Amino acid sequence: MLWVLIALLPGCITMIWQFGYGVLFNIIICLSTAVVAEAWMLKLRGRNIKPFISDLSAVVTALLLALALPTIAPWWLPFVGTLIAIVIAKHLYGGLGYNPFNPAMVAFAVLMVSFPKNMTVWVLPSSLLANDIGLAETAQLVFSSLSSSPIIDSITAATPLDEMKTRLNLSQTTDEIRHAAIFSNIAGEGWQWVSLAYLAGGCLLIGKKVISWHIPVSLLAGLFIASSIAYLVEPSISPSPLFHLLSGGAMLGAFFIATDPVTAATTLKGRIIYGLLIGLMSYIIRTWGGYPEGIAFAVLLINMTVPMIDQYTRPRVYGHK
Amino acid sequence: MKLWRFNGGLPSLAEHKNESVHLPIETAPVPAQLIYPLLQHIGNPAVPLVKVGDKVLRGQKIADAQGLISSPIHAGSSGTVSNIGEHLIPHPSGFSAPSITITTDGEDQQLEHTPCADFRQLSAIELVAIIREAGLVGLGGAAFPTAIKLDQQHKTKPIETLILNGAECEPYISCDDRLLKERAISVIKGVEVLLHMLACKQAILAIEDNAPDTFSSVQAAIDANGNPQIKVVKIPTIYPTGSEKQLIKTLTGKEVASGEIPADIGVVSINVGTVYAVQQAVIEGKPLTSRIVTITGEGVNTPHNLEVRVGSRINTLIEVCNGYTNKAERLIMGGPMMGFALLNDEIPVVKATNCILVASKNEAVTDKQAMPCIRCGACASACPVSLLPQQLYWHSRADQAEKAAKLNLLDCIECGCCDVVCPSHIPLVQHFRHAKSALKADKHQKHLADIARERFEAREQRLALEKAERAEKSRKKKAALKARAAKKEIEAAASRAKEKQQATSNDES
Repeated sequence: MLWVLIALLPGCITMIWQFGYGVLFNIIICLSTAVVAEAWMLKLRGRNIKPFISDLSAVVTALLLALALPTIAPWWLPFVGTLIAIVIAKHLYGGLGYNPFNPAMVAFAVLMVSFPKNMTVWVLPSSLLANDIGLAETAQLVFSSLSSSPIIDSITAATPLDEMKTRLNLSQTTDEIRHAAIFSNIAGEGWQWVSLAYLAGGCLLIGKKVISWHIPVSLLAGLFIASSIAYLVEPSISPSPLFHLLSGGAMLGAFFIATDPVTAATTLKGRIIYGLLIGLMSYIIRTWGGYPEGIAFAVLLINMTVPMIDQYTRPRVYGHK
Repeated sequence: MKLWRFNGGLPSLAEHKNESVHLPIETAPVPAQLIYPLLQHIGNPAVPLVKVGDKVLRGQKIADAQGLISSPIHAGSSGTVSNIGEHLIPHPSGFSAPSITITTDGEDQQLEHTPCADFRQLSAIELVAIIREAGLVGLGGAAFPTAIKLDQQHKTKPIETLILNGAECEPYISCDDRLLKERAISVIKGVEVLLHMLACKQAILAIEDNAPDTFSSVQAAIDANGNPQIKVVKIPTIYPTGSEKQLIKTLTGKEVASGEIPADIGVVSINVGTVYAVQQAVIEGKPLTSRIVTITGEGVNTPHNLEVRVGSRINTLIEVCNGYTNKAERLIMGGPMMGFALLNDEIPVVKATNCILVASKNEAVTDKQAMPCIRCGACASACPVSLLPQQLYWHSRADQAEKAAKLNLLDCIECGCCDVVCPSHIPLVQHFRHAKSALKADKHQKHLADIARERFEAREQRLALEKAERAEKSRKKKAALKARAAKKEIEAAASRAKEKQQATSNDES
């Protein structure tokens, strides 16, 4: 788990660099809430606290949630989200190893459905802001006056995925949309760097054999294939495959979220199917669903299919037909 | 030669050979007592042929095979039978079992044995009888009676390939390696005997590629022998490549079907130690009374490869190794992967004992706490049988042995690869052994229940039959009574009618 945290570092740093201190506050709130909630639940359940805290699984869950949340959020959003992840999605299902759904994604989905307004307020990347928002200013926004702040509209905007979807619905073509400043030609100002940082971290994990290549590669392949077909057929209304891969949570999802062993398929063949299905489902939600980003819901939906995937992809046992 | 690859395994496990692999075989002195458990092979226990007080010589048969799957036992030195009774045996549960104890006289007199000038004059059936009579069992650790493996009389499929297993894949063990280094010529002679018996075309001796010296000594012996049917092959060092089924896959690409034996696909696989014992039995005429044992680990002062009389107590071997170190923590028979801990060092070496590992704390005892399974699948990637240990564990833990059996629990070879790779330190094999014994107990229970049910049903049937018979009888009786009563009534009516008639006719007249 330590290696997962290390591999997330480039992504964290790039996020803070591109989107400001709001990310830092998310991380701090999520991490501290997670450690306390984990210890509290372990105590309630009469479990040994030290070995379960020091396995860092709660910290990884919290960090993944923090990185998935909007880049500026009122303090209670990461707080409530982390409680949902650790208390409900993890411990009420039986704790480490027993949860059928990815805890960070359960929390993300609950927040998305319950607080849609707060979940769609994303700070513009710093390169597009007139003035940088300082640490003190961010703290003030996070802890007291985010919703009532007069400057909020001037510093936030929809994400590239959101913008793309909204404008496509207004019958604009991808060519027209691409010229808006937030897209910066490929996948969105700031976003593409963050995605590349996750990609680098993911490659480190594969290189260190912490995760196998099967899930990330097949997930990205699923997304790539689906978006390529659409792009080849109707380029004017379909975002490019590169846009799909490098914006939103595709890279974070592929290398860090879908690879959670507890909720993923366990057989090698099963993992490839699992990854492909998530990639495909993400594309479907992004294109036809109600939300601009589909990774979280795709992961949860495909989590449900894991027992069936495992059942039908058992390897042939030595000496059996 | 083309080689195949079985799933998983642990390529990095070939460790701890250096402690003992360079040590030449030395002969352990004859101990004051030799203890022979009557069951030291797979099958029925042997039956004693001696009684307390009898004088015996080395090589004399002291217990005879009982039934087909069994093996005789021979005295390892001259002396007097001092006891026949319970003695601690090498068993994971620390059982005692009937054993013959011989107090040696120090003279080590041998029974006259007759070397065989030309084994090719003997038929396969005669050779099988010699091997059976010599008490040969698989010396790699399984202790299955060798004669049965070699007996082709009742087998339909001809043997095409003879595999000689020199892949000593467990860490620490070096007895087969030393045997091949020092006595390769005898081993190759034994291979010729086996080729003659099985009438098969080729013999492949497999050696792991981390033992190049051993390979060249075997190659030299084959060159000296000149038999073109025998070849030696280097195979990749991957634990558990020395396991029979995995070795067959590696060398032939064929798999032994679940529940079947290698002979069903035309293969016989024999450990090289057993091949040496075949040469000793057939050519020299000597029954199996000694074997090579590796004594190693941080717990002994000077590790050794010892030629040991079967029946020697382990503590006599530890003495040869200059005693325990203060690191000695646990006594293990076999290797660290598939061996088992022993209760104490009074336990004798048996035919299957290839290694005594006196392990230190960091060699054998894991104090890491088992954490919950996170379904990472590392166990499935490591399983040489392609099982899903993680799912087997899930069912075994929930006491659902039948569900585990459906996932082929019984194909598990208990090699321990999954234990080694588990990041949560779960003792998986322990759970599987437990589930397997639960299945066995269930099967036995079911068998008993079946017998009881059959008996009950037979009784019910008998009672029903008796009841029906009784009913039939009483019905007949009743019917008879009724018939008699009816007859009387008819007679009475007839006589009444007659009387009436008479009365009327009297009136008329």
